[in-house]
Amino acid sequence: MRSRFDEQLTELNNTLIEMGALIESAIAKATKALEAHDTQLAREIIAGDDIINEKEKEIERLCLKLLLNQQPVARDLRQISTALKMITDMERIGDHAQDISELCLLLSEQEYIMNLDLIPKMAITTINMVTESIDAFVRKDLELAQSVIDRDDVVDGLYMDVKKDLIALVRSDPDNSEQAFDLMQIAKYYERIGDHAVNIAEWVIFSITGIHKDTQVL
Amino acid sequence: MNCFEIKGLNLYYDKFHALKNIDLELESGKITAFIGPSGCGKSTLLKTLNRMNDLVEGCRITGDVRLFGEDIYDDTDVNLLRRRVGMVFQKPNPFPMSIFDNVAYGPRTHGIKSRFELGEIVESSLRAAAIWDEVKDRLKKPALSLSGGQQQRLCIARALAVSPEVLLMDEPTSALDPISTGKIEELLLTLREKYSIIIVTHNMQQATRISDSTAFFLLGEVIEYDSTETVFAMPRDQRTEDYITGRFG
Repeated sequence: MRSRFDEQLTELNNTLIEMGALIESAIAKATKALEAHDTQLAREIIAGDDIINEKEKEIERLCLKLLLNQQPVARDLRQISTALKMITDMERIGDHAQDISELCLLLSEQEYIMNLDLIPKMAITTINMVTESIDAFVRKDLELAQSVIDRDDVVDGLYMDVKKDLIALVRSDPDNSEQAFDLMQIAKYYERIGDHAVNIAEWVIFSITGIHKDTQVL
Repeated sequence: MNCFEIKGLNLYYDKFHALKNIDLELESGKITAFIGPSGCGKSTLLKTLNRMNDLVEGCRITGDVRLFGEDIYDDTDVNLLRRRVGMVFQKPNPFPMSIFDNVAYGPRTHGIKSRFELGEIVESSLRAAAIWDEVKDRLKKPALSLSGGQQQRLCIARALAVSPEVLLMDEPTSALDPISTGKIEELLLTLREKYSIIIVTHNMQQATRISDSTAFFLLGEVIEYDSTETVFAMPRDQRTEDYITGRFG
């Protein structure tokens, strides 16, 4: 009985890793499309969001099946309920990659008003945060989950830097304002991806300790 | 307030040390679940609480068991103790007599003879056990003609008829179907307001559904005793975790 349950929990972890790989790839590709004005790649990401949504449904079904069949308690219950919470954030991250790609299409004919080096930095940091938050879940690694949470300050700092640069550009030439607004939104999407990775890490901490954001949930 | 306070309790069946240094305080007006693998001592402890183990040859008990502050092993009238601490067993065991006489049996042995008074006790006990509506028109019928679930609720009514303070239940639903089990569980939740209930169960979900506190037993020891939510969500002891998640052994 237990070995079947363990197999199903391993399947849950593997499917989460697969969904994680899909969203990490979507963010990386969206960043590449943005940098290279690559509209084909941007369209590919928009179309690929359905696969991420389908993965979310698959994990949701698996979790509900486990709740029904195994009636889990203790760490099993925390693991499954955490997975259910995580996939909501993971799905939103996929949506943000799609949002960034849509703005890529909008900006595809325009020359950028600024050097984009800060945005790829945001992308790299947030991709690592997403990867490590899911790794922390699979490996039950409390320290790694905490390090994801701590890294949110880096993303927020980069976001403020982008904002500052864009304000300066708009001040120097009001004609920059339309694109500045789009780039600001893009930076905001990366910042939100960081927030979702933090949410995931907070639930990972719950799955290990039973405590979510300093509150004993049960 | 505690219904039972158990301190340094040891129980031996001849040389076998069945309960080891048990310290437990069981709250009144609550449902306490005893869980653990077969042979871990949970039913033995349950039977210690109304001195059913006195009947077992070679059984020796040391330590202190107090019911609302009174030492139950010190000059206690065992019949009175068993009136105060009723018991319901795994398998429904109605007496081979009518439904009415089953419930009236206890009050009669305690000297109540008035037909009117007995009738009132029988009705209120059957109502409290949530079976009155099903049997009120056939009180003279044999109790053994009832279904298993009805028989178990009749046994609960029989236990309630002598106005106990505590109800001990040894796997009371393990022989019942899910509908009857659901009825008994609902019933226990309503009885909790008036009685302290201590239940031995092998059904983890049942413990989580109905009990306020849970004690996990292993090899004659209490490994962990805490609120049911804590025991099933965040057990402190690895052995508890392993048992409730099925990793034990």
